Amino acid sequence: MKHAFSPHLIQTVEHGFPSQPSALAYDPKLQVMAIGTKSGAIKVYGAPGVEFTGLHKDTATVTQIHFLQGQGWMVSLLDDNTMHLWETGQKERCSDLREVRSFSLPGRSGIESTSVTRVTVLLVKSSSDLLTLGTEGGGVHFLELPSLRLVDKSLFHDEIMQSVPEDYRCGKSLGPVEALQEHPLHAHKILIGYSRGLVVLWDFKSRHVDNLFLGKQQLESLVWVRSGSSFVSSHSDGGYMVWSVSSSTPCIQEPVTSTIPYGPFPCKAVTKILWRTTQAALVLFSGGMPRASYGDRHCLTILQDSVHVTLDFTSRVIDFFTVHHVDRDHELDDPSALVVLLEEELVVIDLQAAGWPTIPAPYLAPLHSSAITCSYHISNVPTRLWERVVSAGLQQCSAQTCTNWPICGGKNLAPAVKQRELLLTGHEDGTVRFWDASGVALQPLYKLSTASIFQIDCEHNDSFTQAAEEEWPPFRKVGCFDPYSDDPRLGVQKICLCKYSGKLVVAGTAGQVILMYLSDEKSDHMIDLATVDLLQDREGFTWKGHDRLPPKSGSVLFAPGFQPVVLVQCMPPAAVTSVTLHAEWNLVAFGTSHGFGLFDYHRRSPVLARCTLHPNDSLAMEGPLSRVKSLKKSLRQSFRRIRKSRVSGKKRGEANAQLAEQDSEVTPVQRRIEPRSADDSLSGVVRCLCFADTFLRDGTHHGPTMWAGTNSGCVYAYALDVPLQEKFSEQSVEALLGKEIQLMHRAPVVSIAVLDGRGNPLPEPYEVSRDLAKAPDMQSSHSVLIASEEQFKVFMLPKVSAKTKFKLTAHEGCRVRKVALVSFSSVASEDYSENGLVCLTNLGDIHVFSVPALRPQVRYDCIRKEDISGIASCVFTKTGQGFYLISPSEFERFSLSARVITEPQCQVYVERPYESSEVRCSAFFCF
Amino acid sequence: MNKNHRVPSNRTLSAVEVKSKFGAEFRRFSLDRSKPGRFDEFYGLLQHVHRIPNVDLLVGYADIHGDLLPINNDDNYHKAISTAAPLLRLFLQRKEEADYSAFGNDTLTRKKTPASLAAVLLRPDANRKKPPIIISLPKDFRPVSSIIDVDILPETHRRVRLYKHGQEKPLGFYIRDGSSVRVTPQGLEKVPGIFISRLVPGGLAESTGLLAVNDEVLEVNGIEVGCKSLDQVTDMMIANSHNLIVTVKPANQRNNVVRHGNSNGAAGAGAASGSSGCSSDSGASYYSYSAPGAGATTPSHIIQNFRPEEESDEDDEDLVIETHRDARPSRRMAAGAVPSNSMPLLPRYEPHLNLRPSNGAIATSASVGSLSPPSKVMDRRNLEEDGTVITL
Repeated sequence: MKHAFSPHLIQTVEHGFPSQPSALAYDPKLQVMAIGTKSGAIKVYGAPGVEFTGLHKDTATVTQIHFLQGQGWMVSLLDDNTMHLWETGQKERCSDLREVRSFSLPGRSGIESTSVTRVTVLLVKSSSDLLTLGTEGGGVHFLELPSLRLVDKSLFHDEIMQSVPEDYRCGKSLGPVEALQEHPLHAHKILIGYSRGLVVLWDFKSRHVDNLFLGKQQLESLVWVRSGSSFVSSHSDGGYMVWSVSSSTPCIQEPVTSTIPYGPFPCKAVTKILWRTTQAALVLFSGGMPRASYGDRHCLTILQDSVHVTLDFTSRVIDFFTVHHVDRDHELDDPSALVVLLEEELVVIDLQAAGWPTIPAPYLAPLHSSAITCSYHISNVPTRLWERVVSAGLQQCSAQTCTNWPICGGKNLAPAVKQRELLLTGHEDGTVRFWDASGVALQPLYKLSTASIFQIDCEHNDSFTQAAEEEWPPFRKVGCFDPYSDDPRLGVQKICLCKYSGKLVVAGTAGQVILMYLSDEKSDHMIDLATVDLLQDREGFTWKGHDRLPPKSGSVLFAPGFQPVVLVQCMPPAAVTSVTLHAEWNLVAFGTSHGFGLFDYHRRSPVLARCTLHPNDSLAMEGPLSRVKSLKKSLRQSFRRIRKSRVSGKKRGEANAQLAEQDSEVTPVQRRIEPRSADDSLSGVVRCLCFADTFLRDGTHHGPTMWAGTNSGCVYAYALDVPLQEKFSEQSVEALLGKEIQLMHRAPVVSIAVLDGRGNPLPEPYEVSRDLAKAPDMQSSHSVLIASEEQFKVFMLPKVSAKTKFKLTAHEGCRVRKVALVSFSSVASEDYSENGLVCLTNLGDIHVFSVPALRPQVRYDCIRKEDISGIASCVFTKTGQGFYLISPSEFERFSLSARVITEPQCQVYVERPYESSEVRCSAFFCF
Repeated sequence: MNKNHRVPSNRTLSAVEVKSKFGAEFRRFSLDRSKPGRFDEFYGLLQHVHRIPNVDLLVGYADIHGDLLPINNDDNYHKAISTAAPLLRLFLQRKEEADYSAFGNDTLTRKKTPASLAAVLLRPDANRKKPPIIISLPKDFRPVSSIIDVDILPETHRRVRLYKHGQEKPLGFYIRDGSSVRVTPQGLEKVPGIFISRLVPGGLAESTGLLAVNDEVLEVNGIEVGCKSLDQVTDMMIANSHNLIVTVKPANQRNNVVRHGNSNGAAGAGAASGSSGCSSDSGASYYSYSAPGAGATTPSHIIQNFRPEEESDEDDEDLVIETHRDARPSRRMAAGAVPSNSMPLLPRYEPHLNLRPSNGAIATSASVGSLSPPSKVMDRRNLEEDGTVITL
């Protein structure tokens, strides 16, 4: 069995969009892009499937990344003022990124302040042998590459000042270096822009100022025009200027043109400008919006001739670049795409198609476009379902072009995927997104919205009508990051999909359970409604939470894809905590904090409703906003405030000393040791539901059963009377309570699974009838595996006598958060596999137990125990992989199986004139 | 054997006048105070005088305080005879009736809850001013705590077992993080540890007297807590709460169990717990709660509280309820559906509670017993009175 497990947990790949990106770079020769983050990570992306990551030793923000073009090296600048050289290497099947060396600028002798040597801007020369740095103090320094050795050729203010006319000096300093740009034709000339506005064309071979451009506006950025005859500067007043360069006039006072595109009222700074030559000049710049009216927008403007588009993003623009011709053979830049890195997503615009449409990204999917509320994984998706979902998805994204992805460097070496895998994420805004999780790149396939069947106050119509009006600036909404939910009740809580029948259940925050059929045709139909009262006439309870969502009356038009057919609403409308579907029996079971219900969606009739509330449980009734809790909280806060204000009245030093004293005296955190009792709050929450064809009433007759487990360690088992398929319409399903099991330790029941006579989990619906799985063993006696937060137990059926158990909490002091039955395939032989119970605990470690013997097999460290949202988001696949959120926008994928591993396998071909280890002599330089 | 006869009018000190009641019938006879004989002879005599040779009996007598005490061995038989002044009043009951089904299979003559008999037979009037103490056999009580493994632990450590029994009384303690000083090869070293931070007044932990604030927790049910966090230790204790075994290093090291050879085990434990090895409880509390018209039904209440889950590890047997077809499940109250106190009740007793003074090294030593309270109300009463009657 051991050979089926990976010796250690392999964290294979991060899906989604990196959290808090802070820098962007592109290598036009290798055609790969690098993104730096605030946590010090550098992620390199090329063609789909080509991705690798490097992590700085210190968690400092990566402020800039610069490629040494074509050589697989890059230089990063962190906000702790250190520079790091990274090297792309090949490790086994995958490229990787290694830090080779780092450098930090020594403080200038005699000047104490460190801010003087703070690096503001970097420039890697196109020859890739020299790194130019501009500093806060206005100095320009040179570093040898790739050795990162300081060359004693630094250029300081005073040298520049000599050539600056007297009247421009005004005794002031020039300010920090804001921009450094290499001359497109003469590599030994660099354009140096100072914050105050002065721009200098400096020939560092001859150490001579070629040209002076006496700008008077505070400078933000510079860009050369390809020919080298002119350059463009952008400024903090929201304008940009075009300057012409001529050797005849060394000191130029005025620019050729100066424009403030969104003037005349005060505008925000144009933080970065790009000037690309096509048949007509293409100007792209970020910022520059009129301060008063649109100062809060995150915009990027594209100007070409008379065409003016203001891309309006939902999050801050970090950086952008264009993909264009860089080799000298081409006379024009002719950019093909614009790549914009935003704080929350990556947007790519096709600059060659009319109307500049967006290109869908094959990776870096913004998973959190609305916050993820739940996730659900389906392994081994049948081709038929896959194709239908893909085609439904294609019909949704007509606005996007089918142009090839412009960033296509490197080669994906991963073998073609054998099995299709779907990851479904439920979101706060009521959408369910379908992702292709088969490979390294998590690609969006289809998006399903459940909001359309409800009447919600804030419809989107107003924003559309607004857009239609003639408006200045000509905004165009781009990107899909939308953190605002119209109604929190729409939030998706639980998902269940039958992969064979294409039936989907989506359950949400307001007790809504929506059953959907997959359809290839659009349809205009009414939805059948049903309400299930889970309180069952229980007296003395009043629901103080939200109302249920009002369903739309009349028929609703649905696009091809999953179309709602039945809407069941639980009363009281508490969030659905568990849902399961048995498509072969036409049954859906759902549970909330009040009870559970069973619904026959074929006959559209409720079968069963059962209240699980404990009479003393007041919290469950209060709804999500408990008055008891909030009163306590407000009291606590006001006490704190009183204490604070008292402290502020005294002298500070004294108060601080007192505070310190208080801290040491204050009773430390203590924990109460008390067993769970029957009337703990929220004991009625239904944590899990399951259907199984097994022996409940006696040992000779098996039949459909339904199981429900609650927060207080109670398990209800129902025997179901399901009519034969041909009699579905005539005969109704009946449910009879067969067993009630009260676990003595009263811990919440996390999962229930029925095992067949051989100890294997029962197959999914349709798998046996369609010959997709081996029939379960119905000869020997079945057993039920009940996993609570504290222990696992296997009971024999139908007597429910305890067979084996494992007391995890009593031994390890950890509690069970997630469990799954996983089939581990052996590395040696594909046919051999064994079942394991995989369990993620509140400490973030993963334990694997044998089934049904419950013997511990292996233990892995997986998630930090402080990362509660990461632990809560974890899902396991049936083959021993798993996903958890490492940030709101990123899934980490991991593998427990030694056989099933999805990890990047790629190669980036680099050509280096020398290896980083070689020490070059400085004579190589010829200044 | 004496024949049934009238009582002699001249009361001599050597004769004890006996009045024996069985059902509605009385028998009177006398015994020689100086030669009372053995208990089994006396038992035979009783069967004989009442003409019930094949009936198993529970024998109780009213002592000088008017309390009903059992007679079931030579010791208490002799005690009864010697203290009778001058009349010895006996109350006989059929064992089957007294045992109320659950205790029937015991082969020894086990006198179940004489206190309850006393209540029924002697004390219809409840409002007594000063309820006396009834002392009964240790096995009639349920253990709530014990010090165990005295022979294998260092003297500075104490392993305490708390029996939760599913009763209403809370375990009643809190734990916190802290640091303790350890002797290591490198010298003294400060290491993080888990400590008892608070005892809830009236809780199980406090009432045993075996745990105290600032005791360092070293192990929970045999698992060292050394590298575990406060939350982990909390979860471990809760997971083991039905039968919690905590090894502590008491903050107060003066009450440690000292092992001097063989015979002092029990005494040492007694010192540690601050009470004698014998268990005792106040009958007072019982009387006061059984009073309000409880009448003859009270004993069954008491019996009900002997939970089946009190035995060590296998106690957490989950409750499985078979539901029949006619039950309308959806209409039933969830709580009512899990009647935790209507289970078949089979009391079991801790074997280590048998205090055998002759037994040399007593590994499992003293414990303090208390009558299991029939209800929450009683429980509270018990707590109050425990504080005064059983001083720990």
